[in-house]
Amino acid sequence: MSDVAERVKKIVVEHLGVEADKVVASANFIDDLGADSLDTVELVMAFEEEFNVEIPDDAAETIVTVGDAVKFLEKNATA
Amino acid sequence: MRRVVVTGLGTVSPLACGVEETWTRLLAGQSAARPLVHFDASDLPCRIGCVPPKGDGSGGTYNPDDWMEPKEQRKVDEFIVYAMSAATQALRDASWKPETYEKQTTTGVMIGSGIGGIGGIYDGSITLHEKGPRRLSPFFIPGRLANLASGYVSIEHGLKGPNHSVVTACSTGAHAIGDAARIVALGDAEVMLAGGTESAVNRVGIAGFCACRALSTSYNDTPEKASRPYDKGRDGFVMGEGAAVVVVEALDHALARGAKIYAEIVGYGMSGDAFHITSPSEDGDGAYRCMAAALKRAGMAAADIDYINAHGTSTPLGDEIELRAIERLLGAHGSKVSMSSTKSAVGHLLGAAGALEAIFSILAIRDGVAPPTLNLDNPSVETSIDLVPHVARKRKIDVALSNSFGFGGTNASLIFRRYQ
Repeated sequence: MSDVAERVKKIVVEHLGVEADKVVASANFIDDLGADSLDTVELVMAFEEEFNVEIPDDAAETIVTVGDAVKFLEKNATA
Repeated sequence: MRRVVVTGLGTVSPLACGVEETWTRLLAGQSAARPLVHFDASDLPCRIGCVPPKGDGSGGTYNPDDWMEPKEQRKVDEFIVYAMSAATQALRDASWKPETYEKQTTTGVMIGSGIGGIGGIYDGSITLHEKGPRRLSPFFIPGRLANLASGYVSIEHGLKGPNHSVVTACSTGAHAIGDAARIVALGDAEVMLAGGTESAVNRVGIAGFCACRALSTSYNDTPEKASRPYDKGRDGFVMGEGAAVVVVEALDHALARGAKIYAEIVGYGMSGDAFHITSPSEDGDGAYRCMAAALKRAGMAAADIDYINAHGTSTPLGDEIELRAIERLLGAHGSKVSMSSTKSAVGHLLGAAGALEAIFSILAIRDGVAPPTLNLDNPSVETSIDLVPHVARKRKIDVALSNSFGFGGTNASLIFRRYQ
């Protein structure tokens, strides 16, 4: 697992209070990890902070799984 | 109107988490006042307060994880977690677990807060200032709103009846119980969880109350001596935080399910001072009319009162004004009444105070004992009323009156009677 994936996983576990082994690439934040719409907003904020990147709203809407987040951040992260 | 009773109690108080632990320590004359160490108070004129003892949940300690998932706690101010604890305790105590649609839709919540999430608003403001709007959490608003205590409690327990909240400063808890009793009396609900919660013992809360010169500042080295209602040495209140919630239920409903009944809510009075934003009216007329209204609603005379849990915050002005209003109400019967200020032990819990003091009034009836007024060494006034100095007093208590008065000149009185 990449460094980015590890950091994403840590944030998801912390914010959603889920078991680490459930945080797989295909896991959907809302359907599989119990997040609600506000949780996903906060998750995106946490990614922005951790990776020193701005995630515009239209991009944030495409991040619905753990894998989506990792892919976006591997491409755009500056930290 | 239907008769209304109290069938469950719950609290996270500065003395303990749990009703019986709190009551035992109160009757033993313990003070909850301590130096403030959970934030930097070094530059504040008041550096003491009363905060629930945190721990693993044993021995009367408060463990927030017992009452709310850690990931949920992160989103809210402590007043919501306190409310979750007190409400869950009260429901368990009442053995009321509404699981059917009908039971859920006839059970409501009315938990108020004097200020709501002032600590979180302070933190959020700093985030906004330093990092900009994109860093403000989506939970900033829902985790701070005063009515979200009622909201979270209703979601946790599936309570779909009236969902309401009171914000009347230090009268909040009393107003919440009185208003909930009316909702039940009118038949809009069978059961209401009612009370107050507060978490303002933080840097911005203490600094704010210091700025309006409301807090004690002369006892920073002897905190347990600071809250001293009616005593010559009093110099302001000691702030406390926590929550208290009671189960308010229609008498018929309680009897039909064989519930334990603590007491009946027979009187509820309200009034406004229309005088000053922080000071009570000097003639005590607002307090007097409030108590008189509660008596009228109860269909009782002043001579029926056995015990009064005073508002008695330990401020130089307020204590004597309330005492004079009570003497005016009681007349010659005053010499037969015991009256204490339990704020001498737990401090002033603002929006939770009236609810916690309602619980103390109810337990005074249950156990036939008036809790003490601590630190009353030299009363500043003479009175024929027994102010229960230092030690609890065993005595007959069938009827108890509890007073709460708040900033803005908002007053509430509740009267509880032994159920028979």
